[in-house]
Amino acid sequence: MAKKNPAKAPAAPKKVEELMTGTTVFNVPMPADLKALKGMSPIVIKQPYQIDYIHSYGQDSPFFAGLSNGKLLGTKCRKCDYTWANPRLACTHCGRETEWVEIPQSGRVHTFTTCYFGGEEFLKETPFHLVLVEFDGVDTLFLSRLIGPVEPEEIRIGMKVKAKFRRNSQLKPSDVYFVPAE
Amino acid sequence: MRPVYMVSGGVSKFAKARPDATFQKMVKESFDYAMKDVPKLKLSMIDGSVASYFSDHFTRQLMAGIMAVDYLGLCPKPNKRIEGGGATGGLCFQAGWEAIASGRMNVCAAFGFETMSHVPTWKGNEFIALASDVNFDYPIGGFYSGYYAMMVNRHMHEFGTTVEQLAMVSVKNHMNAYGNPYAQKRRKLTIADVRNSDMVAYPLTLLDICVMSDGAATCILADEETAFKLTDRPVKITGVGTGTDMMRMADRPHGEVLLAPNEKKSDYRKLKYPGVHSFRAGRSAGLQAYKMAGITDPLKQIDFVELHDAYTSSEIQTYEDLALCKYGEGGKFVEEGYPFMPQIDYGMKLPKKGTLPVNPSGGLIACGHPVGATGLMQAVFAFWQIQGSIKKHYGDGELQLKKADRGLIHSHAGTGTYVTVSIMERGW
Repeated sequence: MAKKNPAKAPAAPKKVEELMTGTTVFNVPMPADLKALKGMSPIVIKQPYQIDYIHSYGQDSPFFAGLSNGKLLGTKCRKCDYTWANPRLACTHCGRETEWVEIPQSGRVHTFTTCYFGGEEFLKETPFHLVLVEFDGVDTLFLSRLIGPVEPEEIRIGMKVKAKFRRNSQLKPSDVYFVPAE
Repeated sequence: MRPVYMVSGGVSKFAKARPDATFQKMVKESFDYAMKDVPKLKLSMIDGSVASYFSDHFTRQLMAGIMAVDYLGLCPKPNKRIEGGGATGGLCFQAGWEAIASGRMNVCAAFGFETMSHVPTWKGNEFIALASDVNFDYPIGGFYSGYYAMMVNRHMHEFGTTVEQLAMVSVKNHMNAYGNPYAQKRRKLTIADVRNSDMVAYPLTLLDICVMSDGAATCILADEETAFKLTDRPVKITGVGTGTDMMRMADRPHGEVLLAPNEKKSDYRKLKYPGVHSFRAGRSAGLQAYKMAGITDPLKQIDFVELHDAYTSSEIQTYEDLALCKYGEGGKFVEEGYPFMPQIDYGMKLPKKGTLPVNPSGGLIACGHPVGATGLMQAVFAFWQIQGSIKKHYGDGELQLKKADRGLIHSHAGTGTYVTVSIMERGW
């Protein structure tokens, strides 16, 4: 993989990347004298592992239905007057059941980063910006992607941002993302 | 509760990959080392064990703990697995402490391991990111370095912490590890080297972040009577604390600081706490351990610290959580030299050098972070410091502190979700 550093032009790699491809081996050598086995190199095999989970969002499902309808839904405890940007069925402070509320679609960058590497699932999407968004009237933050700026230097804490929604919902929290609003 | 002592420890060499060994063999290496260090301890005297490993994904083996137990010859005695993300090792150490303190066991082996080389690095990062909320956080671009980068950007905004201060932590820990043969990365670096290495998640570079490792560690804990039968230099565990916080850092409150004994409410008039710049679980764990050990001024009353520096930024954040300095002063704390070793030349001007050495072993950044082994590795390195046996175990005494009567070990999970603090003291 190419080295990624905004401060430098791409450089030729310094070492060879390990690959998960290879030759299938059916037989390995065996010494006649079993004492020689103590000096044997380890056998390393490839072991694929793939699963489709049947994953339920359970009581948080309305949040995802909201995203596919262009709404940000959080929950509120009326007794504690505390609003969560991501829903939770019960209030952390008093334990009572919360109610669904719509939260604002405009906010400010509370903090941010630009990821040049990532977990394997997201590696092909790098570089990308992560932001925690703060909203007026909401007590917690909201993790999302920020689309638009190219370099991290173009993002600043306190910057106004607004929500945008994917036209074709994937029923994932990435159905919403934020763009600069100033 | 009965007093609890650590009587021995062992660490396998931490490496990027150990294809020559399964996890059982790595655990056995560390266990055999610990047994050999106290020849009076016989296998029959061990009443049971606790197992520490983080991820079932890396091993692709459920119930791996018992496979190490039967390898060590500890069946049919009690054992259980402890798990709490990056703090798994610290939690396991405390589970061993509980087994002795409660009187259930007189001798307990706490062992841990991780085999992170069994998947490529980027798949490993994906596995680790599964330790973030998979409904709301992971699908946005699950990547722990990204989470910590967001936290430090806020820390820099709140307090004026600089990337050069972060880099100083990396220089210190890599340089310390130069004298530690167990460490995975032993390198002499400059601040410029750290800043010029590949950007991973702005502003954290490759050298601000710990690496994945294969490794194992074992601690042997005992009650007072047994401890003094086994060794003339047992180390007493005088304080334990465990803190927790909301899994999702976005859900953390913006309230009031949990005050340490050496702080006043007026120190933090405007600070919203913990937000995403501080670890409330770390502060909570520290305060519990300090209360139990009778520590009221940690900077003066502790001789050294082994803390969970998965990131240079989290080391600076942790100075503050542990009240080694006030919230917001972590950057200055490292810049002035407080956490550097007195006897090592770092090629920098450090007026307060050697005040309270932090990560004399090299920490996670340089030693490696085989998750389930890490918190126990810290305990072993701290144990050897307090015993004064660094030269014996490292083969070189350069890293031995002159005064190491009381140490603090700190283990940390998630974005500050589980944190343990344990205080270890000269017991003889």
